[in-house]
Amino acid sequence: MNTPGLYHILFISTALFFIGVYGFFTRRNLITILMSIELILNSVCLNFIAFNKYVWPEKLDGVFFTLFIIAIAAAEAALAIAIIINLYRSHNTIDVNAAEEMKY
Amino acid sequence: MNITEILFWFLTALAILSALMVVFSRNPVHSVLWLILVFFAISGHYIMLNAQFLAIVNLIVYAGAIMVLFLFVIMLMNMNSDSEPQKNKWLKMAGTVAGGSLLLILVAALKNSEVQYQKVEGAQGTIGLIHNLGKTLFTDYVVPFEISSVLFLSAMVGAVVIGKKD
Repeated sequence: MNTPGLYHILFISTALFFIGVYGFFTRRNLITILMSIELILNSVCLNFIAFNKYVWPEKLDGVFFTLFIIAIAAAEAALAIAIIINLYRSHNTIDVNAAEEMKY
Repeated sequence: MNITEILFWFLTALAILSALMVVFSRNPVHSVLWLILVFFAISGHYIMLNAQFLAIVNLIVYAGAIMVLFLFVIMLMNMNSDSEPQKNKWLKMAGTVAGGSLLLILVAALKNSEVQYQKVEGAQGTIGLIHNLGKTLFTDYVVPFEISSVLFLSAMVGAVVIGKKD
């Protein structure tokens, strides 16, 4: 239990995932909600890399999954920030409660 | 306890503490800075897990591009801890219960799983370097690679269309 291994990496990524879930539930600022999503995505990436090394060290599948996750996260962040700026322009706030009537 | 284990525990503590600070700090600018620290710690883990190229990509794309975008937007909207909406006490409690119970279940499942025990070691071999990665990317993964370029184009067009004033 003292020497770290695959268990410990899986535990770290689980902890990061649920810290992200907690932030997603409790924050009401849209930008910090987006940051919690980035935290969740990163914990999943860490899982992919850890399994790639410890289960299939000669293959690169986990690395490519992580690479595509990073690419999709970049596209998602750009779109989400466009939506947030639009919301800010119409409502002058980015509280999630302000977006309850989805119209402008 | 050799140098690799010390590095492992240091990066672990850094990642989890910074992630907690991301969620708990009231100022959104501080949240972004702590998140950048989380990305640095995770990149250190990537290097120890034989994914050196991915560590650099993670730093450049996440800490360099996405987080700077977040910082710019936060500064554009002039947000600080005063404009941060007050958190509901019940919402906080519900988040703690939901996240904590799921965390407990997953940790218990991890403890019972039969993962083959392998101890941590530093980066070795050249499997995660750019030579092998490029070869595999353009042979086995060429279709997802091209599809992701279409995804980027559509995301760019969508961001411009959503963001423009009408």
